[in-house]
Amino acid sequence: MMMDEKNLLEECRAMCIRMRKNSLKMSLAAGRTGAHLGGGLSMIEIMAVLYYAVMKINPKDTYSEQRDRFILSKGHGVLALYAAMYERGFFSEDDLENFKADNALLSGHPSMNQEKGIEFSSGSLGQGLSLGVGVCIALNRKNNFDSKVYVLLGDGECDEGSVWEAAASASHYNLKNLVAIIDKNGLQYDGRTQEVLSMSDMGNKWRSFGWEVREVDGHDVSELYHAFQTESDKPLAVIANTVKGKGISFMEDDPKWHHAQLTQKLYDMAMKELEDMT
Amino acid sequence: MIQYTPINIKTWSRLGSCGAFGIAAMELPEIDENIMITTADLCFYSGLERFRTKYEDRLINVGIAEQNMIGIAAGMAKEGLNVFATTYATFASTRCADQVRVNMGYMQLPIRLVGLTAGLSVGVLGATHMSFEDIAIMRGIPNITIVAPADCTETVKATLAAAKYPGSIYLRLSGTMNCPIVYHDDYHFEIGKAVVLQEGKDIALIANGPMVCKAVEVANMLRDEGIICTVLDMHTIKPLDTDLIKKCLGHKLIITLEEHSVIGGLGGAVAEYLSGMDNHPPLYTVGISDKFVKAASYEYLLEEYGLTVHKIKEQIIKKYNSRGK
Repeated sequence: MMMDEKNLLEECRAMCIRMRKNSLKMSLAAGRTGAHLGGGLSMIEIMAVLYYAVMKINPKDTYSEQRDRFILSKGHGVLALYAAMYERGFFSEDDLENFKADNALLSGHPSMNQEKGIEFSSGSLGQGLSLGVGVCIALNRKNNFDSKVYVLLGDGECDEGSVWEAAASASHYNLKNLVAIIDKNGLQYDGRTQEVLSMSDMGNKWRSFGWEVREVDGHDVSELYHAFQTESDKPLAVIANTVKGKGISFMEDDPKWHHAQLTQKLYDMAMKELEDMT
Repeated sequence: MIQYTPINIKTWSRLGSCGAFGIAAMELPEIDENIMITTADLCFYSGLERFRTKYEDRLINVGIAEQNMIGIAAGMAKEGLNVFATTYATFASTRCADQVRVNMGYMQLPIRLVGLTAGLSVGVLGATHMSFEDIAIMRGIPNITIVAPADCTETVKATLAAAKYPGSIYLRLSGTMNCPIVYHDDYHFEIGKAVVLQEGKDIALIANGPMVCKAVEVANMLRDEGIICTVLDMHTIKPLDTDLIKKCLGHKLIITLEEHSVIGGLGGAVAEYLSGMDNHPPLYTVGISDKFVKAASYEYLLEEYGLTVHKIKEQIIKKYNSRGK
């Protein structure tokens, strides 16, 4: 069993490198329109663990009642979402290459497509957790207590009051099949979250709203994996401490890579860093 | 099973539109076993006390959190539940406009959003509670059908029809308790199809909400002066029943009447439709002028905005007599 878990996590780590490479490829394909690289790269490990090791999903049966649901509340984090779903066979390589092309399947923010496994559209921040609460209530009403609903939010996104309306309601309705993941990379569009709008102790905020909280290194697949195994009677919040732009040295912890254009030269530099890791 | 008997119609009128909605709500689980109702701390106000007692597990009161209510309703709708959501019309259209836009418009998740006390009826509470921009806001969002019932019987019918409607819908409830009755008997109601209440040749009065009853009264007064009016209950503002408007193009004047801003509501919708034609009768829009007023009683505000039967008639006569000049 331990060996299985070890292999699983090793595969997740390898998957993360491929996902980062594909994120760069998509960003290069986006050309001058640029891409949300920073916040995509910070959530790579979260997405790899969810899509490879945790969630019950099947690209050939995206309508299954028993599937787990994933909601990308921080809709700009599409690079990591698409890269993870590609790894699991939801999308083709052509789909990735057409990222952000006119009328493409893979747009700059997710566009609901149940056939392809994209549960909801997003892009306007602060809305995904409410959707997750609604989905959980509906699942419970359908006597489905096995499927879980995962909602990924950004720490900057938590500035939105609607996040806290949803957080309060999740514990009020005892939605123990709901999992919120906070990609706490410490940066938002205009700078450091602590300077733009301090959320001070993020973990305590969720705890005080009635959630079970796990705080982990968001780039450690083992810590993430074990956090997702938490059994609780409360909704679960996983605070993932991450680095924006993680994995590409010149992008790490730099607000200017929140959304930027990736030139061929920078792409080559970034790809070389990832190649050197393997 | 709802019965459209005279006594029931009188009772619904006495209760007002919120109460009538609550009466219809009791029927909804009979129509669809997946019915759920969400409300933002307005269970009692929405006439849903009896519903809560009988169907406790179908009522989700999210507290005073309209944005969350729409998101929760959307999540439930995505999972196949048939979800109504109720709050004041002004909060439904402004407080959670982005959630409405993204969930009901963009994703087309079929929420039945019920906006309570639209118009001026809660004027004593001030402009924060009045709602006269809601249709304009909703109308600008693709994929949302908008229905404003004329009286409490139509409120019952529209509620039942909304439950069977395939898409997102905004149900705009207005008026007060002891709401004037337009429909004294059962009649055919269909979302998207206006009701012809009177057929004439001189002026077409196209109205919705509480103004339908007034349009009928005005038409009756004008008949005494030899002016024969068509009266349409244009309960569905979007999609507009353009077939019936087309039949009014031979009239000398078209008037829209609504308890909503003259900007972006029924008047706006009809104007947009007519603007595509080379020739059409003059259009005059009766509604709430583009201003906020201080808190005051419903009657005072109707007077202030020129929406009493006599003031409406005066405006129409003036316009009718000055046409072509």
